[in-house]
Amino acid sequence: MTATFFAIQALNGLQFGLILFLIAAGLTLVFGVMDFINLAHGVQYMVGAYLVAAFSAWTGSFGWGLILALPTALAFGLLLEILIFRHLYDRDHLDQVLATFGVILFLNQGVKFVWGAAPLSVPVPEILSGSVVIMDGLLYPVYRIAIIAAGLLVAALLYVVVSHTRVGMLVRAGASNAPMVSALGVNIRRLFMIVFGFGAMLAGFAGAMVAPILSVQPGMGDNILILAFVVIVIGGIGSIRGAFLAALLIGLVDTLGRSFAPNLLRLVLDPSAASQTGRALAPMLIYIFMAAVLFFRPSGLFPAKR
Amino acid sequence: MTEPLLELRGLRKAYGAIVVTDDVNLSVLPGELHAIIGPNGAGKTTLIHQISGTLSSDSGRVLFDGEDITHLPMHGRVLRGLARSFQITSILPAFSALENVALAVQARSGSSFRFFGDAAQEKALNEAAMEYLSMVGLAPRARVAAGLLSHGEKRQLELAVGLATQPKLLLLDEPLAGTGHEESLRVVETLQRLKGRITIVLIEHDMDAVFSLADRVSVLVYGRVIATDSPESIRANEEVRAAYLGEEEVV
Amino acid sequence: MPTAARLDLVPVAIFAVFAAAPFLASASGAEGYVLSLLTRVMIFGIAAMALDLILGYGALVSFGHAAFFGIGAYAVGILASHGVEDALVQVPVALAASAFFAAVTGAISLRTKGVYFIMITLAFAQMLYFLASSLAAYGGDDGLTLPARSLVAGSDFLENDYALYGATLACLLGAYILLRAVVASRFGRVLRGTKENITRMEAIGFQPFSFQLTAYVISGMIAGLAGCLLANQAEFVSPAFMTWQRSGELIFMVVLGGLGSLHGAIIGAAAFLLMEEFLPEILHAAGFFLNDDLRWRLTENWQMVFGPILILIVLFARGGIVGLLRRGHHD
Repeated sequence: MTATFFAIQALNGLQFGLILFLIAAGLTLVFGVMDFINLAHGVQYMVGAYLVAAFSAWTGSFGWGLILALPTALAFGLLLEILIFRHLYDRDHLDQVLATFGVILFLNQGVKFVWGAAPLSVPVPEILSGSVVIMDGLLYPVYRIAIIAAGLLVAALLYVVVSHTRVGMLVRAGASNAPMVSALGVNIRRLFMIVFGFGAMLAGFAGAMVAPILSVQPGMGDNILILAFVVIVIGGIGSIRGAFLAALLIGLVDTLGRSFAPNLLRLVLDPSAASQTGRALAPMLIYIFMAAVLFFRPSGLFPAKR
Repeated sequence: MTEPLLELRGLRKAYGAIVVTDDVNLSVLPGELHAIIGPNGAGKTTLIHQISGTLSSDSGRVLFDGEDITHLPMHGRVLRGLARSFQITSILPAFSALENVALAVQARSGSSFRFFGDAAQEKALNEAAMEYLSMVGLAPRARVAAGLLSHGEKRQLELAVGLATQPKLLLLDEPLAGTGHEESLRVVETLQRLKGRITIVLIEHDMDAVFSLADRVSVLVYGRVIATDSPESIRANEEVRAAYLGEEEVV
Repeated sequence: MPTAARLDLVPVAIFAVFAAAPFLASASGAEGYVLSLLTRVMIFGIAAMALDLILGYGALVSFGHAAFFGIGAYAVGILASHGVEDALVQVPVALAASAFFAAVTGAISLRTKGVYFIMITLAFAQMLYFLASSLAAYGGDDGLTLPARSLVAGSDFLENDYALYGATLACLLGAYILLRAVVASRFGRVLRGTKENITRMEAIGFQPFSFQLTAYVISGMIAGLAGCLLANQAEFVSPAFMTWQRSGELIFMVVLGGLGSLHGAIIGAAAFLLMEEFLPEILHAAGFFLNDDLRWRLTENWQMVFGPILILIVLFARGGIVGLLRRGHHD
């Protein structure tokens, strides 16, 4: 029983971690390459979820919804880049924080304006509904497995792109030394745009994937944004590999912590105290974890800059 | 033989395979003006960073005033009397010239954990600061924001700030860099006046200045000290001539 | 010198307005509303000034300052729920707790720089937010309603809105005078120096860390005091006091008013809260040509206008409101 429960929670943690990675990947590159702190990255996740909700309602199919949502999310990211973000690259972090905070306010309200304040729900696509038996007594929803698979696939693709293509090489070089890359005569503006657009699309993809299992509502990107920041700070800003490992760690620590902290504490405390402290402690775990990492490694586990 | 004030023993620093400071041994005697020269890329600035504590050393030791300071952070070294100026001017641009110096005076006089009383009105600090400004000839510009000073004036201000920390030894990293003829004359004049009062380690490209000021000169080539001697002997040294050949016609 | 003297009139004017406001409020007929709005403005002014100490004078972008709001508020709420209702106990406890939290998290955060500092302060505040949300005994997510406002030495005079307003004004003035002194002091000068050029400060023998940490603790304590006042003003305590959006708003207030001037932070807090309060009505009035549905939606979603205003201010109004005032004087 406990082993099954543990396995389910571990899979949930993995799935959550991969979603975090999709968001954090774009964020860490935007951060690393452009030294741009983008609080509005979380609303791109929200926009992805809303787009898929709108498009699948319109086409009647989640698949078509996803296919239409991705380029729209990309276009939306590029639009924001052109209208607002590119005017902020030269500003200090404080200005960037404030202006992108303004974007959050606007878009959180904007989706309410368009779609209303009530949460939307997106049905799980027919072929991916139901559950499968993974091992004895362990039933796991197919859709969640699909999320895990998609997340791993994107991670692998990203790895290939970043480490084996010309653009990837520029991105890596840009993350460790941006002035050098522009000194080499690379069109840094276009590089920024590409990185930004794809970062936005990945976040949108994450939002689209979770739309069927979470409720799509205004502000849904706010808390996950903070987690994504925790991820990239732990992983080391600008490092895809760091973001991947940190995202999985955070996903597992958070999910398993919430399920098992009360049980573990029962070993040292009486049951009611254990469940209370456990529930209080669990959501703090990842922040304590982050503080510990930064205490020993002030620039994260895999700093890209040196 | 007097005890050296500053002594470097087997100091080393490498970035990957590139050895920037290679087994440097150097002693600076109290009261002397010791110049360090060398062709571009010889590792002079790295060496100054290691002495002042901006950079850590891979191995070797730095002894100052009889104490091993190899592992002290920069501010700890400053409080023991080892001050430096920066090659790239490093002042507080929004502070007036006077306040730049007064802050350095403040660092050496009483606690800075005082939360009341207007520091800008503290007579003792301002008067001392004014004295250092006069010493480098900047007194008339005391109230000007440091960021608005001319380049040469900023270099003089650097010097005043360095002096205000009341160092036993002052490390000067190219104090003449980028200054015009007039201004550089004024800095040299100031150094001439300071000479003998405090110990100075001078890194400088302007050979006229070096040979007119220095008591002793060390030559750094590819991270190694190839010679330390009086200016006259250095001028005549074959090895030094060879190292500088093709670099610049100075010696 | 004359410019400096004229500039000092701005804080005098601010405090004169706050001192005169209660008299106008009683004449307005909606005194309860006016008093509570202005009390909130002053409370946020205190917190924003506290943030200005480290942000405007120390260049430390703390994205978690709402945590201190929470600490101050929860100190009042938790103590009150255990029957300790006197501010003479609550406030010292709140200040001590804020100082402790600031010292511990500051010591860790200040090891990092730049973006990492922003993020780690944010993370610590989130940690506290989730802690408060999970405190079932103290209301959890829903928060905690205070049985009554704090007593002061056994007297319940704060129940009177005018008295609470007066007490808040006294705290605002006290915090302003204290911070003004700190900024000009030897300590403040070192802090301002670290903002300009940290390497230079080390090169003249200062250890920036201890000065920054001390400033962080002072700032945290003053923001904690604001939290005590906020709990009393709202007669309610909730995790919502320390969301990261609230921290963002505090930063915005400081920048809107003008970094590094202290009274700018008060102006910024006032401008922000008044805009938040009246923007819906302004939009309603401005939307007279729209049909009812659209007009209603616009008013309901006033943040859609607020966000872009924020962006525009960042992009175009450098130096904040105080900067504009200063420029006005030079012309």
